[in-house]
Amino acid sequence: MSSNDSTEWPLWEVFYQPKNGKPFEHAGSLHAPDAEMALLNARDTYARRNEGIAIWVVPSDQITASTPEDAGPFFDPANEKPYRHPQFYSVPRAVKKRS
Amino acid sequence: MNTEQELKQFQERIDNGEKIEPKDAMPERYRKQLIRMMSQHAHSEIVGMLPEGNWITRAPSLKRKMVLLAKVQDEAGHGLYLYSATETLGARRQDLVEDYLYGSAKYSSIFNYPTLTYADICVIGWLVDGAAIVNQTMLAKSSYGPYARANLRICKEESFHKKQGYEMLAKMASGTPEQQKMAQDAVNRWWWPTLMMFGPHDSDSPNSAELIRWGVKTKTNDELRVHFVDRMVMEAEAIGITLPDPDLRYNEETGHWDFGLIPWDEFWSVVKGDGPMNRERIRARRHAYEEGAWVREAATEYARKQRLRAEKAS
Amino acid sequence: MSTFDEIPKTQQEALRTVVLWLADDRLIHGHRLSEWAGHGPELEEDLALANMALDMIGHASSLYAYVAKLEGREEEDYHAYFRDDIDFTNCAMVELPRGDFAFTMARQFLFSVHAFLLYQALMDVLEDEELAGILKKHFKEIRYHLRHSGEWMRRLGDGTDESRERVQHALDDLWMYTGELFTSNAHIEATVRFEVFTDPATLHAPWMEMVRQVLDDATLTMPDQNQYMFDGARQGRHTEHLGRLLAEMQFLRRSYPDASWT
Repeated sequence: MSSNDSTEWPLWEVFYQPKNGKPFEHAGSLHAPDAEMALLNARDTYARRNEGIAIWVVPSDQITASTPEDAGPFFDPANEKPYRHPQFYSVPRAVKKRS
Repeated sequence: MNTEQELKQFQERIDNGEKIEPKDAMPERYRKQLIRMMSQHAHSEIVGMLPEGNWITRAPSLKRKMVLLAKVQDEAGHGLYLYSATETLGARRQDLVEDYLYGSAKYSSIFNYPTLTYADICVIGWLVDGAAIVNQTMLAKSSYGPYARANLRICKEESFHKKQGYEMLAKMASGTPEQQKMAQDAVNRWWWPTLMMFGPHDSDSPNSAELIRWGVKTKTNDELRVHFVDRMVMEAEAIGITLPDPDLRYNEETGHWDFGLIPWDEFWSVVKGDGPMNRERIRARRHAYEEGAWVREAATEYARKQRLRAEKAS
Repeated sequence: MSTFDEIPKTQQEALRTVVLWLADDRLIHGHRLSEWAGHGPELEEDLALANMALDMIGHASSLYAYVAKLEGREEEDYHAYFRDDIDFTNCAMVELPRGDFAFTMARQFLFSVHAFLLYQALMDVLEDEELAGILKKHFKEIRYHLRHSGEWMRRLGDGTDESRERVQHALDDLWMYTGELFTSNAHIEATVRFEVFTDPATLHAPWMEMVRQVLDDATLTMPDQNQYMFDGARQGRHTEHLGRLLAEMQFLRRSYPDASWT
């Protein structure tokens, strides 16, 4: 019964928060018919080893990504602005020890 | 991407150890080879649920039952990660699935053998997962980013699969006479098919060189196989299991174990569909897919109705 | 000790009886769910079904271990592997063959609503801290099963004509096995008297209410309450399905009683 009629559910991207206070990370993707099921499936697929304490799901087609051609104009300027990076600043020794 | 110049640039990226990401330019053949290889890997995880699933309801303790069920579930998860990685190349999961259920796509032949006793479950964990880990550890360094990441996650989750299999096999090998018999019998049946999992000899593997050049793989079939045999000889000896190969001999010169002739006729015949369980495996997977259609449709229809209701309400 | 002819005479006996009810329910239900591994309607649902099966068998395992401790028995799995069907005290609903996905989800839903209410009541009643702690852990997962199966009831009921028909059929077939969850008898009365169980009749109204809400959402019809109700599984009077299930589940362990598998 190979068919061209798709019974395939849409694709979702899953993000999870590994620990309280941590930023969300991309976990992977999955198929689900709607947001609620995507959330449940995400829990069963990507948090079945207690990897996360909170989950986001986003329809994959709602993600806008930069293209490789953007790589230059998007990301190079930061390289010219060392003051944006924490390594640019020196910290007194006493403070360093405490952190 | 067709011009010599572009191909050269791509090859340079690979040679520099850069990862290729979904939106990057890539040769059409690289994309095609990846889709073939990754989906085959995914199908193998899914079909691989069946031989082990065969023993979930009969596992000899609740602990063993849960371990086995968790392992079979992981295989579903691994299939899912791998399909997702393949989808980043523009393939549709349903098409990939239909291609092995009704078309010509392959899955690993190892799953076309039956699991006759519970010892088979231990041996699958030890040998089959052991071989899979060797392969997947290499693939975790693959040049294609999503494939490498999927394999990395799989390797992390899978280390317990092999450990639990080896642990239980060791128990059986030193258990009652019946357990010992089951353990040795299972090793006798799975040893050669496991060695075939690494694929044909390098001289008969036309895809291999290309995949290595593109950094999809980093080692040849034979290199991986030799590495695997070296380890298994040691592990078998440690638990008093005999590997069913009278020609196994340590080779001082190479520093590796030499082994006997792999029955390649059997390999090719199983690949072509004539193995003890090929037809049953495909029948079971087709049944799940076809019997699942009404469920998938129902959820899709419900989602459509809910959207309409939301639109009306607003 | 045979379960159906001896009424618990001490609180300890009553507690053991109750914990075995809970454990047997979960083991047998988990067994049926585990049969889906590799055969689910979609990959994501295969994972979900396996999770529920793992939860169920895990709950059973911790409850059997608790009983084994009460009895001073070393073998924690004894009750799972070395009793016959007339000694098992699970409700009959969970031993029925897995059927199609609609049947599995409808059973999961009806069972989960009951488990949700029963656990809530038991966590109030039970004074044993260890057991209350075990139930509290299970309860989190029960809530998840309830949500998952409830969502599927809505999707199957309010999905396509075929899915509605299938899930309505499943409900109609299951209904006669729901009665025994709420009836009482001398055994159950004894456990209530010893304050280790709750009067099952008190769970009926809230159960009906929770089920009705989801069935309404799902545009499904509540089956006729006034029909023949199966009874007696808690006292070992089962359907024919349990014997076969146990034959499969126990064969290896029983064939080689001297072998170690842990």
